[in-house]
Amino acid sequence: MGEDTAKSTEKAVVVAQSLDLTFQTDDGPVHALKDVHLTVNAGDFVSFIGPSGCGKTTFLRVAAGLETPTGGQVTVNGMTPDEARRKRAYGYVFQSAGLYPWRTIAGNVKLPLEIMGYPRSEQEDRVKNVLRLVDLEGFENKFPWQLSGGMQQRASIARALSFDADILLMDEPFGALDEIVRDHLNEQLLDLWNRTGKTISFVTHSIPEAAYLSTKIVVMSPRPGQIKEVIENPLPKERPLDIRDTPEFLEVTHRVREGLRSVHAYG
Amino acid sequence: MRNLAPVLVILTVIVGIWYAAVTPMNIRMALDQADRAGFNVVPDDARGRRDVSVWVLLANNQQHIGSTFDLERSRLPTPTQVGRELWKGTGEMALRGRALSKRSLIYHGWITLQSTFWGFLLGVTVGILGAVMIVYSRVAELSLMPWAIMSQTIPIVALAPMIIVLSSQLGIEGRGVPKAIISSYLCFFPVLVGMTKGLRSPNISQLDLLMTYNATGLQAFLKLRLPASIPFLFTSLKVGIAAALVGTIVGELPSGAINGLGARILIGDQFGTPLAIWSALLAAAIIAGVLVTLLDLLQKVTLYRMGIRA
Repeated sequence: MGEDTAKSTEKAVVVAQSLDLTFQTDDGPVHALKDVHLTVNAGDFVSFIGPSGCGKTTFLRVAAGLETPTGGQVTVNGMTPDEARRKRAYGYVFQSAGLYPWRTIAGNVKLPLEIMGYPRSEQEDRVKNVLRLVDLEGFENKFPWQLSGGMQQRASIARALSFDADILLMDEPFGALDEIVRDHLNEQLLDLWNRTGKTISFVTHSIPEAAYLSTKIVVMSPRPGQIKEVIENPLPKERPLDIRDTPEFLEVTHRVREGLRSVHAYG
Repeated sequence: MRNLAPVLVILTVIVGIWYAAVTPMNIRMALDQADRAGFNVVPDDARGRRDVSVWVLLANNQQHIGSTFDLERSRLPTPTQVGRELWKGTGEMALRGRALSKRSLIYHGWITLQSTFWGFLLGVTVGILGAVMIVYSRVAELSLMPWAIMSQTIPIVALAPMIIVLSSQLGIEGRGVPKAIISSYLCFFPVLVGMTKGLRSPNISQLDLLMTYNATGLQAFLKLRLPASIPFLFTSLKVGIAAALVGTIVGELPSGAINGLGARILIGDQFGTPLAIWSALLAAAIIAGVLVTLLDLLQKVTLYRMGIRA
């Protein structure tokens, strides 16, 4: 049992090798990613942190096949990101919940299932299951505007989970929420990750959030966007919220902060 | 009810201005009639009166002001006269069981309404199809849009007779088809503009989301772009239906037409019966009001059912 887990956590899911991406803009080329090497293993919770323009969102979009790199290569489950996208290998959560206002919560969660052609009865079952997973039972028939921002974001996470992709790519999903709601959602997300064993890549601006959630913290620096440091998080898998008051936790946030400080010394 | 009060206030203001305009508009005619009937009028000959301004005539002949409200072929009939004429052409005819006689405004209004409907249908179809093409094809955007805009700079009254002549040359009988085309010419434009905007209203992340599901273009259209465009569509439809009605009436104006509110207006003009013109105009306004209100209700129901907070 223990050996199996050890094996599966070593399986590489997202692998980037000397990844480069330059955007051509009207103001000249923007070097969004430069020489990025990174491996995300199965079951990892990897956070990307860094100042604006460091390429953390761009990296996520490249892994999702939404941007095409100009150099180097990325594989997702051994495929190109575009193949992975076609195989629906990942669920993507955007910063704004982006629920369709004309669909109920259940209807929104059902959207990917409709598009992927799941049988109707299975759609219903899956919607029920993922809504339970994000603690939104009883809100099936509500419209998005009837829900708070935090609940909307939970619905969008349910939507990304509904088709059972092993990988979850999350682009600052809690960035627009207040801290109390954010704490709550962090706790729920961690619990969800523990129960489902998904591989999660998570972009954030918040040091405590990164330290609380992740197994690995990727510190990035801007212009050109590159990886500064990858910090292995030594905290145990079980993390109650008050772990954030322990010296071990403060040690992690300290290391992240040091990493970010050296980044800022550049600019 | 909440919406009714402001509408009534504006209506009162309009009727007030209308009544106020009646006396200066009709005073010359009233004085001519009074002169002929042997009453005392200042100045006492038609030529003399022609050289004097309306305001001077009013000041010097105050005893005749009352009669400006009660002329048979006045230049500007009063709202009461127009209302009475409208009732004569509609309610009274209906009570006598002759609602669909060719002398009733119900009959002519029905003709106009039918053409408006077909023109609206055609215009909305053209507008929506055009918008879809523009949104999905850069070529269509560059080629269609300038022509659509230019089309609206051509006065429809100049175009209407040509369309009628052309369609009769092509062997199309009756006025139905050319009227629908003229009507749709005015009504497709707001629909085209509104739908283009509506189909483009989804933001990048909504489209990216569908990319991550590997959705097809058709799925993106049916599940995202189309529903997102519905609020825009209704706004355009309300403008469009009023434009379709105007287009139909313009299509009924060119000589030869005998049916429809437009023809009533033209005949009233030719025979010098302003009351006929005004009652046809009022009938057209009432039809427009009813059509827009119906669309408004449909919009409210649809958006409510779609869960969109209006």
